[in-house]
Amino acid sequence: MRIRLRARRTASRFDLRDLGNEALAGMGSRPARTALTILGTVLGIGTLVATLGLSATAGNQIAGRFDAVTATELTVDVRRPAGTDAPPAVRWEALDNVARLNGVTAVAGLTLVRNDKVPAVRANQLRDPTRVQNRTLPVLGATATLPAAARADVATGRFFDDGHVVRRDRVTVLGAEAARQLGVVRVDNQPAIFVDDVPFTVIGILGAVGRADQPTLAGSVFVPWTAADDTLRLGPVGTVVVTTSLGAAPLIARQAPIALNPDDPATMTVNAPPDPADLRTGVAADVNGLLLVLGVVSLVVGALGITNVTLVTVMERTAEIGLRRALGARRRHVAAQFLLESTVVGLLGGIVGASLGSITVVVISAARDWTPVLSGVLAAGAPAVGAVVGLLAGLYPAMRAARLQPVDALRGPG
Amino acid sequence: MSDVIVLDRLGRTFATDPPVPALVDVGLRVGRGDYVSIVGPSGSGKSTLLNILGLLDLPDTGRYCLEGVETTELDDTARTALRGSRIGFVFQSFHLLPHRDVVDNVMLGEVYTGGDRAGRRDRAIAALDRVGMGHRHSFRPPRLSGGERQRVAIARALVGDPALLLCDEPTGNLDSTNTTAILHLFDELRAGGTTLVVITHDASVSRRASRRIGITDGRLTELAA
Repeated sequence: MRIRLRARRTASRFDLRDLGNEALAGMGSRPARTALTILGTVLGIGTLVATLGLSATAGNQIAGRFDAVTATELTVDVRRPAGTDAPPAVRWEALDNVARLNGVTAVAGLTLVRNDKVPAVRANQLRDPTRVQNRTLPVLGATATLPAAARADVATGRFFDDGHVVRRDRVTVLGAEAARQLGVVRVDNQPAIFVDDVPFTVIGILGAVGRADQPTLAGSVFVPWTAADDTLRLGPVGTVVVTTSLGAAPLIARQAPIALNPDDPATMTVNAPPDPADLRTGVAADVNGLLLVLGVVSLVVGALGITNVTLVTVMERTAEIGLRRALGARRRHVAAQFLLESTVVGLLGGIVGASLGSITVVVISAARDWTPVLSGVLAAGAPAVGAVVGLLAGLYPAMRAARLQPVDALRGPG
Repeated sequence: MSDVIVLDRLGRTFATDPPVPALVDVGLRVGRGDYVSIVGPSGSGKSTLLNILGLLDLPDTGRYCLEGVETTELDDTARTALRGSRIGFVFQSFHLLPHRDVVDNVMLGEVYTGGDRAGRRDRAIAALDRVGMGHRHSFRPPRLSGGERQRVAIARALVGDPALLLCDEPTGNLDSTNTTAILHLFDELRAGGTTLVVITHDASVSRRASRRIGITDGRLTELAA
């Protein structure tokens, strides 16, 4: 019994360091073959890393080209109330709630353009049969913050302010195109225009409108929403124009309807720019598809290469396996050695492949003046993927090696 | 003197059609320090006996005690451990790893079973000195002569300090000069207390042993030394 116990004790002496030594020596015994085997994994991992890196880079590039400003603009369309007696979905005072949201730089409300009741706008009361004097221009009630929210310049005069709104002054500001059509070119002589025969004093003319999503503003006539309500019955808020600080648009898009009408945010439709992050992912997905398949195929071919070569190695080293078994190696020691060899081959392939893939991304980016984007997870994970591939590829050969009977194995291959 | 090997009515039949009885009712005792040669023509059951003595194969019937341990009842793991620690193999074809140097090859003898790693190289060098190969540490086997290779293999078998040196046609691949040298080494080892079992078909090799056992058709007979 004493010897048996001792035998059990000594059997466990083959530790990780011994295993590492034997596996590395096994790999080193055929350096050319090991290098070629590694190459399969290098190609697979390299293709994957380069593909993922390049698509991330390209995606970043495309997203970066997006006008940063477009990511700061959103519009909330309020659905028209069902009946004329229904309470407004959004009260004018609710705009202040949006203004208080963190990330909002400007917010303005506009009344809805009502196609059924387009007012006639004219610059004077004269009746001249030779000229078109009645213009059908959209007349919109607005808050004083419209130029800020719509990124519009005031070319001539001024925009109305909160004082005009509170006093319900009948003043008006014309969009650039509207002013041209009405023939109003200056405001210092205090011209008036007539909307449905109600006179409004023109105090300013807008210049360029910065927001690309508000092209109709140039052709519109703006009056304080209070005066509009008094004289023209233009009604409640129809459109809320919001400008946010950079990056806040997606958040404000979610928050604005609730701020405007906590009872029923569903009455509103938010037009927000696409999230740059979504955009980038979308682009990446487009670019990836085919190349990714290519990378996976290379990786599978690489794995099959490892399996094949390890299998050949096992056959070639049958005598060595027999010897090791005779020297006291257990089946698991033999299996572990071949498994470790294939895993290290995969790991080396992963490291080299990840390096080459990263270099490819950097070189291509440099050639195109792009900013290379490489995820750290990818760079660190690729060698691990290689090792796993090697491990899986080595399973079958290692099992074959472990299953060899020492008596048969000692007779050598063939 | 205690027995290293005790075989008791050992039988091994290969399940071919018809079944081939390779060993029949074999009994054998080998004491510590014995130098036993087992001689017989090919097909006589030599290899089967060697495999069973080396714990590489199991008998169908009978008992095999190695240093008092009944081996036929051990599981594969325990048998492997016993094989690694108590039996040193010397093969006809040396079975050296060609890409590892001489010391590495000898150290392999106790990688799976042996003592602490720190002293492993020293023990390997000591074993090499014992077989007269102290001057060839960093050589690789392909650069050695056949006799030198077999010495390295013997050093590898000795390094774990086994109870038994099991030699399978140790001179089968050697010329007469090298054969003489190896047989001389066996004499020295035996003088040093090593238990030797040499399986051979060569009468001149078997004559050097202190005991000669013939094997014919799976049966053993003690021959005059």
